[in-house]
Amino acid sequence: MKDYALLLPILLPLIGVIVLLAGARSLAVQRVGGVCFSITTFVASIYLVSVVDQVDYLVAQLGQWAAPFGITMVADRFSAVMVAVSSFMGAAVAIYALSEIDEARLRKFFFPLYLVLLLGVNGAFLTGDLFNMFVWFEVMLIASFVLMSMGGEKGELEGGLKYVCLNLLSSALFLAGAGIIYGKIGTLNMADIAQQLAMTDNADWAISSSMLLLVSFGLKAGIFPFFFWLPASYHTPPSAVSAVFAGLLTKVGVYALFRTYTLMFVPIFSEVQTIILWLAILTMVTGVLGAASHFDMRRILSFHIVSQIGYMILGLAFMTPLALTASIFYLVHHIIVKTNLFLISGVVIRLKGSCDLAKVRGLCNSAPWLAFLFFIPAFSLGGIPPLSGFWAKFALVKSGLEIGSWWPVAIALLVGVLTLFSMTKIWAEAFWKQEPESAALVNVPKPVGPLFYMVMPITVLAVCTVLIGIFGEPLFAFSERAAEQLLNPQAYISAVLPNTVEVSP
Amino acid sequence: MEPLIAVLIGVLFAAGVYSLLRRSIVKLVIGVVLISQAANLLVFTSGSLLAGRPALVQAGATAPEAPFGDPLPQAMVLTAIVIGFGLTAFLLALVCRAHEAVGDDDINAFDNTDT
Repeated sequence: MKDYALLLPILLPLIGVIVLLAGARSLAVQRVGGVCFSITTFVASIYLVSVVDQVDYLVAQLGQWAAPFGITMVADRFSAVMVAVSSFMGAAVAIYALSEIDEARLRKFFFPLYLVLLLGVNGAFLTGDLFNMFVWFEVMLIASFVLMSMGGEKGELEGGLKYVCLNLLSSALFLAGAGIIYGKIGTLNMADIAQQLAMTDNADWAISSSMLLLVSFGLKAGIFPFFFWLPASYHTPPSAVSAVFAGLLTKVGVYALFRTYTLMFVPIFSEVQTIILWLAILTMVTGVLGAASHFDMRRILSFHIVSQIGYMILGLAFMTPLALTASIFYLVHHIIVKTNLFLISGVVIRLKGSCDLAKVRGLCNSAPWLAFLFFIPAFSLGGIPPLSGFWAKFALVKSGLEIGSWWPVAIALLVGVLTLFSMTKIWAEAFWKQEPESAALVNVPKPVGPLFYMVMPITVLAVCTVLIGIFGEPLFAFSERAAEQLLNPQAYISAVLPNTVEVSP
Repeated sequence: MEPLIAVLIGVLFAAGVYSLLRRSIVKLVIGVVLISQAANLLVFTSGSLLAGRPALVQAGATAPEAPFGDPLPQAMVLTAIVIGFGLTAFLLALVCRAHEAVGDDDINAFDNTDT
């Protein structure tokens, strides 16, 4: 029964894809099926979290081939919470898509591709095998390529081309890194790799392949200096698509970085710690400066993804229990908030025809409810108490001060101020400024569905942000337990490979 | 055999990077294809190249006679090649449509979504 808890978040979207493809002719089947399967995936992922929280590790050896020979699926608390929060976003955005995705896109299999995307994301979180992770990445990427360039407009095609090329490059580097690891130690099971690396006296050869994986995952996560595809492409597709990309895809890269450096490359982590620290700091700074210099809401938000990824990687670079706790908390908070902001930008486009800050004015008067809904995630992103972002930043800063890294903490705080600056810029320009009398509505797109389906998920996510801020203790405690697991790779190894002898450190 | 293949992998990576840095989008596709093939070859070589040593277990034995060629990288490379096929086909179609939309094959003309 417990195997099902592990596999349902993967099986449900897969069944959904099959059902939706069978009912490809009916738009009602597409809409209802897409939403239903996203929501059931979310329910299954909640079940997964509750089971994993009791048993620490859920392991399934697919086809009964014992690790390290077969493909292993593993869920620890970190991957379970990632699956849960991504499936949550999957469900929220699927409801939102009902009102934004037009018939042409539905006929081009929007919902089946959307479920393939969720399938790939959940698979990447749950796999315990490096090559299998590569395959899940490809599943996710193929779906995201099509979703991004589906509309066939000039911007989408251009942004899509950049996105596709850089992601193909990153996949090739991933494959090369995995190939070198296999050539050296003859295994691709992540727990087995970790064990073999821990047993060798000299693991220096692994630095090169760990760097290949760092570049590959860094490209996907959007860290400095590999992030340029992200702000060039995320503002082109419909908001539902950018929202799910912004919430999920880069976080898969972050997850992979955490998994590799807290499990596989523990013996050589001290060699690369400085590099990761620098990358994190430069990512925060360049991202927020890019955001400060832009005047399109979605481009500002895209740059903020980059900047916020820096905070999460900073937690990885500190590598203390509190820092990892903060990073996991940050990931959960960030996925919810960022998805919500992109969804709100879609509502702005629906109301005003654009989300260029030079054109949008006076939303505070014309749509006060939207101003309120924007206020919550925007100021949570900026780290204003008592919203969720404050606790995430606070824990990260505290962990930095505990180990005496003063200047990374100082930079992180400065970046927080600049984040707040660009959020107030959106607030002041789009929401507060008076609408000029002569303002003509520029090509407002024809609405696809009722506004309710857009506002409902936004409200739910905003309420979550507030709840995490006020009653964040259970989530923080859960993150703490997840971080403990990450810092104890031996437990992961013995869960996956139960018959091997314990290696003393 | 391995040193030769190693040099070949290096040349393929270098040629791929060189093509990526050119300004034509067709050469961009060629560059991506060359690099992914180089990575495939790298994985393939990691299973050691031995002629006529399949990993087959003789009757009565419990393990194949060493040294034998590892079949696992070949299976993985097959997966990677199939994925690469699909992605290359998609990339070509995308390049074709993007070229129609932008009307130029110079990468510098593709800067409308840039920052």
